[in-house]
Amino acid sequence: MRLKGRVIVEGSVEGEVLFTDYPITFYGGVDMKTGRIIQTDHPLRGEIISGKILVFPYGVGSTVGSYVIYGLKKYGKAPKAMILREIDTVVATGAVLAGIPTVDKIDIEKLRNAKRVKIKDGVVEVLE
Amino acid sequence: MYLTREEERMLDGEYGEGVRKFMELLVKLGDIYGAERMIPVGSAQIAGISYKNIGDPGLEFLEEVSTDARVRVPSFMNPAGMDLDRWKELGIPEDFAEKQKRVVEALKRMGVVPTLTCTPYLAGLLPRFGEHIAWAESSAVIYANSILGARTNREGGPSALAAAVTGRTPYYGLHLDENRQPTIGFDIKAPISGEYGFSVLAYTITKKVKKGIPYFRGIRGSADELKVFGATLAAFGGIALFHAEGITPERVEPPREFIEIDKEELKEVKEEIREEYRDVDVVVLGCPHASIPQLKRLKELLGDRVFRVPVWVFVAYPIKEALERSGLKDELEERNVKILSDMCAVVAPLDVLGIKTAVTNSGKMFRYLPATNGVKTYLDSLEHIVEVLAE
Repeated sequence: MRLKGRVIVEGSVEGEVLFTDYPITFYGGVDMKTGRIIQTDHPLRGEIISGKILVFPYGVGSTVGSYVIYGLKKYGKAPKAMILREIDTVVATGAVLAGIPTVDKIDIEKLRNAKRVKIKDGVVEVLE
Repeated sequence: MYLTREEERMLDGEYGEGVRKFMELLVKLGDIYGAERMIPVGSAQIAGISYKNIGDPGLEFLEEVSTDARVRVPSFMNPAGMDLDRWKELGIPEDFAEKQKRVVEALKRMGVVPTLTCTPYLAGLLPRFGEHIAWAESSAVIYANSILGARTNREGGPSALAAAVTGRTPYYGLHLDENRQPTIGFDIKAPISGEYGFSVLAYTITKKVKKGIPYFRGIRGSADELKVFGATLAAFGGIALFHAEGITPERVEPPREFIEIDKEELKEVKEEIREEYRDVDVVVLGCPHASIPQLKRLKELLGDRVFRVPVWVFVAYPIKEALERSGLKDELEERNVKILSDMCAVVAPLDVLGIKTAVTNSGKMFRYLPATNGVKTYLDSLEHIVEVLAE
């Protein structure tokens, strides 16, 4: 399956999917030094986003979230790429500052059961 | 998006990695919001200064970009989490102060002026009618758009810094005429006065409109009253622009229909908000940062009385200097009123200072102090605060 989206930050990557249909609050919700989701009400609480292809609907919360995404990259704990339904200013700013390959306008429901995907030129290809 | 040759050069990294990254950010945001091109800005105002808010992620980012990026247009800082001169007196912890100073130093290296105020227009940065600017502080954004007639979207910390460094912002939103037209009309059928009166009116309005562009008929107020009015509209309603007949310099078509707000309705809202208090840990004034006329009025109201509880008045640094020279600062400090610059209680580490209750005359402070610092906050008129807490 191939899904065409909009390129926010370019990059050709392949990797393991971490999926959630719940929005992510980066500031206060993700620990930038470990890459762990610490948001108390998040279904993925305790999971590590580092090195994964993070699939989520959109970001919520404080604009400081952009700095958290940047911090994740600096500490080597960033996701390999991000795939979103509809990007927001906080995540877009973080993705650009950190240089994390990011695509939005993807029907993420179709990726619910995907294990590995490849991203290139805004096209998400499901590998398994 | 269309880019000029100069903008292309910035994006290609000819001015260094910092400028390249910031230009890339503006291009991406422009694409997301459908901007066709960039527009030059006259000034920038940068939020996300308090270490309490941005923490280590923000500090580290700012220190890194400060190595090579420099601002191209006059740029001011929003308030920090402490008075840079009087933090010890307030009991701000050393480690907080050290990191807060590093944030300010990083921005200073980039050429951002450390005025640390939410009222840049009172501290040496005044945009003209129609000027495009990139400001972040919500109360300054609504003031610039509605009272001064300048044009700005509500920027985030990084996007305002990007505008400072590139001298550009994507041309969308409130920069365009078509997005500045009123969406709803209000006819104010009651006399409104004072910071408290305007806060209550703003709060009442935001129960009826959020994120729209209100048009007001029947409002008269001083610059200081309108400053609090706008701040409260922004805090409760996310409003970034209003039109007030006889005040807003921009000419627009009034809406066809008007919602009337009368004395009775405002009285009901006052009753709903009102709570008795006897003593509080602190009185917080100067939200947004106070002007000299506001401080003079406080002195007049007080007369020879002294506050039983500490009073903090937040001002911009140049205003503090002027108060010092005029002798007004000493007269107020003798009455238990501290004049504090560079900071705001909303972004200060009040939790570690043990502050649990506060009273204010500002709707914006009333909105944010409980949320950011868990402080039980009362809203009251300055006259009544003096009645209750000074003797």
